[in-house]
Amino acid sequence: MPSDISENNTPLIEARGLHTYYGDSHILHGIDLTIHRGETVSLIGRNGMGKTTTLRSLIGLTPPRQGTVKINGKDMTTSKVYKIVQQGIAYVPEDRGIFPNLSVNENLSMAARPGPNGREDWPLDHVLELFPRLAERLAFMGNQLSGGEQQMLTIGRALMTNPDLILLDEATEGLAPLLRKSIWSIVKEIKKAGIATIIVDRDIRTLLDIADRNIIIEKGVIVYEGNSEKLIAEPECLQKYVCV
Amino acid sequence: MELSFYLIQLLNGIQFGFLLFLVASGLTLVFGIMDVINLAHGSFYMIGAYLAYWLTGIFGNLFLGILLAIPLAIAIGMAVEKLAIAYVYKKGHLHQVLLTYALILIFDEMQRFLWGNDSHSVDVPNLLSGSIPLTDIQVYPVYRLFISAVCIIIGIGMFYVIQKTKLGMRIRAGASNNEMVQALGINIERLFSIVFSLGVALAAFAGMIAVPVDSLYPGMGDNILIISLVVVVIGGIGSIKGAFVGAMIIGVSSIFGKTLLPDMASVIVYAMMAAILIWRPKGLFQAI
Ligand SMILES: Nc1ncnc2c1ncn2[C@@H]1O[C@H](COP(=O)(O)OP(=O)(O)O)[C@@H](O)[C@H]1O
Ligand SMILES: [Mg+2]
Repeated sequence: MPSDISENNTPLIEARGLHTYYGDSHILHGIDLTIHRGETVSLIGRNGMGKTTTLRSLIGLTPPRQGTVKINGKDMTTSKVYKIVQQGIAYVPEDRGIFPNLSVNENLSMAARPGPNGREDWPLDHVLELFPRLAERLAFMGNQLSGGEQQMLTIGRALMTNPDLILLDEATEGLAPLLRKSIWSIVKEIKKAGIATIIVDRDIRTLLDIADRNIIIEKGVIVYEGNSEKLIAEPECLQKYVCV
Repeated sequence: MELSFYLIQLLNGIQFGFLLFLVASGLTLVFGIMDVINLAHGSFYMIGAYLAYWLTGIFGNLFLGILLAIPLAIAIGMAVEKLAIAYVYKKGHLHQVLLTYALILIFDEMQRFLWGNDSHSVDVPNLLSGSIPLTDIQVYPVYRLFISAVCIIIGIGMFYVIQKTKLGMRIRAGASNNEMVQALGINIERLFSIVFSLGVALAAFAGMIAVPVDSLYPGMGDNILIISLVVVVIGGIGSIKGAFVGAMIIGVSSIFGKTLLPDMASVIVYAMMAAILIWRPKGLFQAI
């Protein structure tokens, strides 16, 4: 079907020349970024280099002052946040954004909606299969969860929107090694399910292992882009920009 | 004075508390969830009352009058939200207070223009005009019981919507993290206008059913606004449960105040508020 062909070839996100500011401070200096269906892309860079700001700019939470963001080929640079993410994007923010006054069940259910093509691949029971810990704590309030459980809840909540793309910002940060491992295995499940991701994480080794493509950002500029084999073959590059 | 006298005062206080709850619950939701101070909230109580009075006059039946007044009041509420309140959501409390105070003046002036300065009243409909004997000599009007019953049903309905439905979950989520709600693909502005319209509809409805027990007079919305603000502050801003408890406390104490200490009546609710705020500076309950 022609619509299928165009759907598969049009990038999920195509950002061109993004310049983003917080007040007077100029943070992003012309970011270009393309994400295709099913792609797992890492966004690497030291603290304060603009990774979070890039993710926020893509979905209009911190709208760029210059540049364009096309979602599924449609220019949505000036659209409202909810309209942008309704195109099939889910955001897992750094601070997790759990609703403390809602139960685990409500945190998940309130987000439920069909995906952009009416797909409903992730009903509640499917999400709970992926997170048995949440299934045991459905009646807990958001603020009664441990850090790891909160992280599972944000990812689960993202899946409830049946997204084509998930933006994962520091999903393993501050978690114990065992919990990190289980978050990474969830990320692999997400990848296997064909959902594209942009992953920001400090665990570069695991990140390179899972990513199809890596982007390094330095002071609001993309300074490197390539697949993991290529990046691993250039250790001085990682050394320079990420200090590993 | 005998016990049945106090019983009647108590029932009156509870019934007034229920009405206050309808008005205050909308006010506390709009304040707590949207962070919008709407001083014109009491005007909707007045608008509801006058619409019911006007339509009852035309059709000769209070129930029919109320039935027709409800959609009108909701339409006015939605128009006010779209044309005025929506512009000050993010502008801070000073803008909101100035704008909604201006709305009070406009509504009060329109009331005088349309219905004049005289006070009006509407008879209790025949169906509910009876009384229930409490003792050999004391009776209690059925209509007041009817008001309480209707308010209980609405209260339960509101509780259900907020606690059990997806809309309610989203409203509660919006109260704690508005940005995250948007990032989940939810149109927060529409959610806000639903909350606002629901709030003013409740206030207007309270004004409508109160018409047979509370006369209509210019400025009636301002009185209810002030007392509702007291209820909201006592109960805790944004808390429906708090609005209920606060409304009962204020409803009962103001009725008892009026009959037992008529000289002090106007002070009693404020004394009550001061006492509760000394004890619990943030009000009795937390936001939903
Ligand atoms: N809300 C804000 N207001 C002002 N400056 C900010 C804000 N958020 C981030 N910044 C600044 O923007 C730069 C990029 O931040 P961020 O995108 O969070 O970096 P990263 O996610 O790569 O650590 C930093 O210098 C940070 O101090
Ligand atoms: Mg960051």
